[in-house]
Amino acid sequence: MELNVKYAEENRSRFRNLLHKLWEPYKQVPLLGWLLAALVAVLLEMLVGQPLARLLGMSKIPALFGVILVLKTPILIPSTLLYLLLIYGLPIAITARLTAKLTDFIAAKLYNTSTGLSILLHVALLYAVLHLWTSISDYRLLVVKLTLISIIITLSLNVINGYMGEFSCSHPGFIALGAYTASIFTIVLFVSENQFGEAVLPPALGPYLFPIGLVLGGIAAAIGALLVAIPSFRTRGDYLAIISLAFMFIVVSLFNNLEIVGGARGLSNQPDYANLATIFVWTILSIWIINNFVRSTIGKALNAVRDGELAASAMTVDTRKTKMVAFLFSAFWAGVAGGLFAHVIRYINPGTFGIRKLAEVLAMVYLGGLNSVAGSVVGAVGFNLLSEALRPLEILKWIIIPVMLILVMIYRPTGLIAFTELDPIALIKPKSMTEGEADNATS
Amino acid sequence: MPLLEVKQMTHFFGGLRAVHDYNLQVEPMQIRGLIGPNGAGKTTIFNLITGVYNPTEGDIVLGNETINGLQPFRIASRGLGRTFQNLRLWRHMTVLEHVKLARYSKINYGLIGAFFDTPKRRKEEHEIEQLAYDLLDLVGIRHLADHVVTNLPYGAQRRVEMARALATEPKILFLDEPTAGMNPEELVQMMDIIRRVHKEIGLAIFLIEHRMRVVMELCQIIQTLVFGEVIAEGTPDEIQSNPKVIDAYLGKEVEI
Repeated sequence: MELNVKYAEENRSRFRNLLHKLWEPYKQVPLLGWLLAALVAVLLEMLVGQPLARLLGMSKIPALFGVILVLKTPILIPSTLLYLLLIYGLPIAITARLTAKLTDFIAAKLYNTSTGLSILLHVALLYAVLHLWTSISDYRLLVVKLTLISIIITLSLNVINGYMGEFSCSHPGFIALGAYTASIFTIVLFVSENQFGEAVLPPALGPYLFPIGLVLGGIAAAIGALLVAIPSFRTRGDYLAIISLAFMFIVVSLFNNLEIVGGARGLSNQPDYANLATIFVWTILSIWIINNFVRSTIGKALNAVRDGELAASAMTVDTRKTKMVAFLFSAFWAGVAGGLFAHVIRYINPGTFGIRKLAEVLAMVYLGGLNSVAGSVVGAVGFNLLSEALRPLEILKWIIIPVMLILVMIYRPTGLIAFTELDPIALIKPKSMTEGEADNATS
Repeated sequence: MPLLEVKQMTHFFGGLRAVHDYNLQVEPMQIRGLIGPNGAGKTTIFNLITGVYNPTEGDIVLGNETINGLQPFRIASRGLGRTFQNLRLWRHMTVLEHVKLARYSKINYGLIGAFFDTPKRRKEEHEIEQLAYDLLDLVGIRHLADHVVTNLPYGAQRRVEMARALATEPKILFLDEPTAGMNPEELVQMMDIIRRVHKEIGLAIFLIEHRMRVVMELCQIIQTLVFGEVIAEGTPDEIQSNPKVIDAYLGKEVEI
């Protein structure tokens, strides 16, 4: 018996050693290497994905890593796994390892030339991967678009619920304000034959003026936020939670009763301006700006207000202004996300922005992790992929996801990646560089 | 002309008179002490002057400006720094971030800088960081700069509070029991820091303290507060021999 236990333990440690040994060379792979490897895998899928899928008994390329397929027809589990290994697993592993030296060299060169340029290049590469990956199926494209929008929403709510430590429930309301404002902007100006009459401007201008619509949506949401903020930031406590919840219901019933924007029937005919590139750019922009904000001393004041308001004000922090600015800022991004959302689905109705949306957004924030930009990205991507992948389970999905959330809350009460700082420079840093070298390069 | 002047300040909490007819004059470079039994209203006086409460009656003049009624952050940015009796540090922030944050009102890059990481912001953040390191040097905890405060020993946490208060560029520093809960070794170090700060920055200091040793060694003038009223004011020697003070602390001798 004892021998058995010992044997098992030895086996386990041997297994761990093996994993460790396998992982060892990959520690030298910079982010650039991983992106390049992903690009290779995606290209491979474009070239041979279809015939390989047929060969393995699948009717078409599995859209979301085959999870949906497997849940529908469990018999395909082995062939799906094989597909994943051949298309993603092996090519990524091999490319990353073989090109590690080269990519690290390039990463170092870029890093020394200009960190800004290097970051841009990484982002461009990421976009290329997403673009090619989503070109396989429209379903994939839709999931990726909605996931990117979710990132903006989650990140913006994290500013309030995480960084500032107040509990706000009005995000669906802000999203709705942004969605309706941006929709009205584009429909009135660029779409003919609808409830608002003929197009005012030539539709060809539409895509170029679309950002203005989004910003207007953001501003509308920020004005809504001002209405919530004025009464609720006089004192601390549960006021914000209650007032913001009321605000959300007011916004929904407002749009329900406004016949000019379609009432409960909703608003449709939004032009197809929200392509992947547009959404991607806005998402990156929101991540960049929000990350800048929370890492600045002005943004850190949010943390100080959360962890000790009296001390914050004794250290010259204007606590009321700090809270107001953060709240409006957060609402602005929710509004922008709403505008994008309306132009992806191309149909909105008040029912979309109810309590269920709120539950989703809160779940993404708390799953990913409070007070963390990386956490919000992980939370939004994780939640969206999960909820898409589990779609075939129908009603069971709404049991599994909450149970997982409860587990996360038990084992990691503040979320998966909480209370971390995202430093983009550290992300793109070549692996061969030591701390000292890197510091010299930046200064 | 005094740096800080409090004239006939009275404060009521509902029907309770917490402070009665309190007067104070702090001259530049002076170290003043405020002592008194528990519940005498010492911290209330601090909170009144720093703007946490608004006095029912009386005037508070800092420099040549009346500051009562102003919000705490405005008073703080006019040059009145403070520490707290029960440490009020921000539990998720590092030591360096604490000190940097106290520069909040002196930051010029604004929201544009905060959102877009402009060169101006980088320059300013760098300057703030240098200043913060200098202050951490002054209180002797530079090596702890990147630690989250909750992991630090008590004495170090007190020093963080001190460095943080100094970063607001005070003209006068309010210390609320700076040595509370410290062991004898930490106590000596803290007294050293207070002296150093007084000498190197040339600050006026107003402190509340329970430990007689600290008050008697550091302060030039001491007030004794009992039930919200000053019963004695004078040099350490005068206070030590004042019968009223002795009564308040030790009680009267009663013939049986």
